[in-house]
Amino acid sequence: MSTTAEKIIGTLPDAQGHFGPYGGLFVSETLMEPLQELRAAYERYMQDEDFLRELDEDLANYVGRPSPIYHARRWSEQLGGAQIYLKREDLNHTGAHKVNNTIGQALLARRMGKTRIIAETGAGQHGVATATVAARLGLECVVYMGAVDIARQEANVYRMRLLGAEVRAVSSGSKTLKDALNEAMRDWVTNVDNTFYIIGTVAGPHPYPAMVRDFQAVIGREAREQMQHQTGRLPDALVACVGGGSNAIGLFYPFLDDQDVKIYGVEAAGNGVDTGLHAAPLCAGKPGVLHGNRTYLMEDTDGQIIETHSISAGLDYPGVGPEHAWLKDSGRAKYVAVTDDEALEAFHDLTRIEGIIPALESSHALAYAKKLAPGMKRDQAVLINLSGRGDKDMHTVAAREGIEI
Amino acid sequence: MSRLEARFSQLKATGKKALIPFITAGDPLPDITVDLMQDLVSAGADIIELGVPFSDPMADGPVIQRASERALEHHVSLRDVMQMVSRFRELDNETPVVLMGYLNPIEIMGYQTFAAQAAEAGVDGILVVDLPPEEGAELLAAMKGRGLDQIYLIAPTSTPERIKTICDAAGGFVYYVSVKGVTGASHLDLQAVESKLRDIRAVTHLPVGVGFGIKDAQTAAAVSRLADAVVVGSALVSRVEALAEEPEKIGRALEEVIASMRKAMDEA
Repeated sequence: MSTTAEKIIGTLPDAQGHFGPYGGLFVSETLMEPLQELRAAYERYMQDEDFLRELDEDLANYVGRPSPIYHARRWSEQLGGAQIYLKREDLNHTGAHKVNNTIGQALLARRMGKTRIIAETGAGQHGVATATVAARLGLECVVYMGAVDIARQEANVYRMRLLGAEVRAVSSGSKTLKDALNEAMRDWVTNVDNTFYIIGTVAGPHPYPAMVRDFQAVIGREAREQMQHQTGRLPDALVACVGGGSNAIGLFYPFLDDQDVKIYGVEAAGNGVDTGLHAAPLCAGKPGVLHGNRTYLMEDTDGQIIETHSISAGLDYPGVGPEHAWLKDSGRAKYVAVTDDEALEAFHDLTRIEGIIPALESSHALAYAKKLAPGMKRDQAVLINLSGRGDKDMHTVAAREGIEI
Repeated sequence: MSRLEARFSQLKATGKKALIPFITAGDPLPDITVDLMQDLVSAGADIIELGVPFSDPMADGPVIQRASERALEHHVSLRDVMQMVSRFRELDNETPVVLMGYLNPIEIMGYQTFAAQAAEAGVDGILVVDLPPEEGAELLAAMKGRGLDQIYLIAPTSTPERIKTICDAAGGFVYYVSVKGVTGASHLDLQAVESKLRDIRAVTHLPVGVGFGIKDAQTAAAVSRLADAVVVGSALVSRVEALAEEPEKIGRALEEVIASMRKAMDEA
């Protein structure tokens, strides 16, 4: 029975930012004090009614929350099993869940008197969401992006520049998200007095994993109420894609104590987990320390971080949020992986059957739901986090299919 | 007495300050690292800081990051680095060697295994850039168990309480990062350094080294008037980089830098 299980919500992380053996604070000394200041400000303002009111108003009137829950009836019918529901984070301002967090952190930055915002971005969604709130609050904004990602996400680069952000190309290492993160950390360490670093996912040193989770948990709080209102009960299963894992933890967190709700996080298997060309640290990696926290990583036997492969730039990251690592080990959530091909197939299914073009990241969650639902009963419900819209992926999908646009 | 202790007390007795060059192991070629270490010593280095290559050196500037990348092209691992120290030890059993790097390569090897192998190889201490004392108790215990020192960084942002915590855990010496920023940064402010060193010396008897931003003999001399040790990294590694295609010339170039710093420090 769920009532006898131990409560998880509110217990993690501990005061030092640990989720069991994961998380923590693994940074150079220069950042220890700024992180302590951030933590103090965060803890203070999350109890501050004025701050929370400002945040709620922005989420309602600027982002457009609450995002709806949509019952995908035709797709459910075709799959012939559980009913599929979509949490429509794709309908948020800027087209993805990322803005829930950037609004929260930018408001916090302003309260802390910081005048300059920096961020890292992979696919560009977090960069766009950061540039957006920086524009609105009149803050200087610098976004670090790997040179490889800049080439494959030109539209988002242009979008960020339109919004007034400076996009700095990172040409070190694999020239992707992890390198952008390294570079943003270097900027922060150098300009720590006036600069706030908005991390886009539930990774990094404490308090980022907890703070980003708390800003994203609005997804799960809304969904939990909406499902009860629309279907009269909680869903039987939750499914979300996991790169760093912010949309997933945002959905999962408010359900963690509902032991009857099964939780599935879906990683990017790229060409297939057994090919080695993937981005699935929870399914095929080992624990290690990177970017300020201990978590599962894609690494070689010498402890060097290895390059990841995924059709989706937003999942192309060798680590994962430490809370996911803990949820995996504890058994509360199950982590699986789907390939590029499976994600693409689900991308087309949702587009053609429901008239919704999903982001390639979210398509990984859809692809796993497609495997899960047929084995469930028709009166059961699967709730998928549709974390973003697919407009940004038109070029990638077209190119994959040999079409030039 | 450890090699580090012996070296610092020897320097103290002669009224000199320690000169600590940093190079990345395996940069640009694994075969020449031990030779370069000897060249550094013969030019006047007192302690060698040897960088362990890592794929994601978050606290380093572009110069040292590229050094890591050059070494990793040859797949230089933590085990390889310890073998280099072993070979150096056959030729020089007095100059202390400190490994500087990131936690993950140590983590994957296992703390006990690492400490045992490091001691066996003749390593004297380690500086793990992304391991603050709060997370480091287990590794520290493994290191102490083998008589190895853990060297910690102190930053301009470190509060008096943190300086105390760090100095309590530290062994060998403590390393003051003279600027906010990554390795190779500029704008070293001598007055600020001087005042921070006072705070540090108030809570520890360990020698205090200063690094980050020491580019030339003149700065080295100025810093040596304030500190017990001067650490120089990017200024050397950029020479290595410039000569990466002519590796036979690197030893000479590093000797020149170190000799000029040595001379300026000894005259300071």
